[in-house]
Amino acid sequence: MTALFFRDLKLSIRAGGGALIGVLFFLTVVAVIPFGVGPDLNLLSRIGPAIVWIGALLAALLGLDRLFQAERDDGSLDLMLMQETPLVLTVLVKCFAHWTATSLPLVIASPFLGLFMNMDEVAIGATMLTLLAGSPAITFIGAVGAAVAVALPRGGLLVSILVLPLTIPVLIFGVSATYAAVEDPAPFLPPFLILIALTMFFAVIGPAGAALALRNTSD
Amino acid sequence: MSETSLAISKISDLANPTRFLALAQRIIPWMAAATAICLIIGLYLSFSTKGDYQQGETVRIMYLHVPSAWLSMMCYTVMSISAIGTLVWRHPLADVSAKAAAPLGAAFTLLALVTGSLWGKPMWGTWWVWDARLTSVFILFLMYLGLVALNRAIDDPSRAARVTAVLILVGFVNIPIIKFSVDWWNTLHQPASVVRLAGPAIDPEFLRPLFVMAIGFTLLFFTLHIMAMRNEIWRRRVAAQRRLAARMASRED
Repeated sequence: MTALFFRDLKLSIRAGGGALIGVLFFLTVVAVIPFGVGPDLNLLSRIGPAIVWIGALLAALLGLDRLFQAERDDGSLDLMLMQETPLVLTVLVKCFAHWTATSLPLVIASPFLGLFMNMDEVAIGATMLTLLAGSPAITFIGAVGAAVAVALPRGGLLVSILVLPLTIPVLIFGVSATYAAVEDPAPFLPPFLILIALTMFFAVIGPAGAALALRNTSD
Repeated sequence: MSETSLAISKISDLANPTRFLALAQRIIPWMAAATAICLIIGLYLSFSTKGDYQQGETVRIMYLHVPSAWLSMMCYTVMSISAIGTLVWRHPLADVSAKAAAPLGAAFTLLALVTGSLWGKPMWGTWWVWDARLTSVFILFLMYLGLVALNRAIDDPSRAARVTAVLILVGFVNIPIIKFSVDWWNTLHQPASVVRLAGPAIDPEFLRPLFVMAIGFTLLFFTLHIMAMRNEIWRRRVAAQRRLAARMASRED
């Protein structure tokens, strides 16, 4: 399992600068927003956390279709289906590797983007913390979409349409926890704990659903 | 034979599509007639009873809005049960049922959204707000459309059904969120007032037409669902016949 983790990690980092592409996309999305809404620093600092979250969500979806597609193409997916370790566990490890390779760089890059958005230190810290807690949920939900997409001839776009509605609760609680940290009256802990609960919930549902879909698509 | 195994054998009898078609042929006229009667009585009641003292005539929108909103959730539940049938028992009719229900669910959800919007303009002064209930129902609508698109994107019907079933079950998470969104988040949409532990909170004057309309809508859904399932079975038979004919033709060459 550790071997699988490092293999996936190496593959996704070396394949065309996988991690870097995600961060670059994230940077571009966030940089485009001020052009759209105008360079008003007060407005930007108010909507900053939401923008960083949306950018991270879109960037996390970017590499999802690669999660199982390459294995399917070179046939190693069939080997994973046949081996003795439960498929759910394999999928979970692959999700962790994918998260480390694509989402963790986004979390690390988010403070710099927060500076662009004129956010203060508390808001930047809160955004980073909520992204760290919430982005695994996006990967786990996306794993189901990626497993479903394996069956499709060209499923990249359809996956985003299918996965995005399911990630909306994560986005809602991530952003509301960030705002709660910035604005005094609202408590930070309840939405943050719900966010962690969502991540744990999808850590169970996601790999199980993805394993089920993978078994059913390869016959 | 115990009672459960008897019930299971009844359901597996229906797995024979020919038997299902015969049954559908017999019950569709009855169900259609019952639907028509319920809807006529319901519409008569909803137009004859007096308007609300506060909302005036616009309260009548409720008789369309609430049943379609109920059905948008019930349809997803029917699809989830079918999805379990597909994945666990590989029941051939479950595939057909889930596929036939998705466009119907999208239609009822759209109806709920449109009537709610028409009702919201005079009551709240706006067509749309990003309130918890409205947003979650809108997500449900997107999910229906995504499921329809996914099912159409895969050629092999049984494989499409199994892949879609996984996604239906994952998406079922959304249904309790919709149901309880008005209780959990205190937003613009009014809280649950009909189905709740302390009994209905609205006047019987309004409850009666609403109840008849809800039954009418439910019957309408099941009638349309069975008809759509019948069409789907026929469509698959035609496709199978065509494939057979093509194979025969290529053998003659």
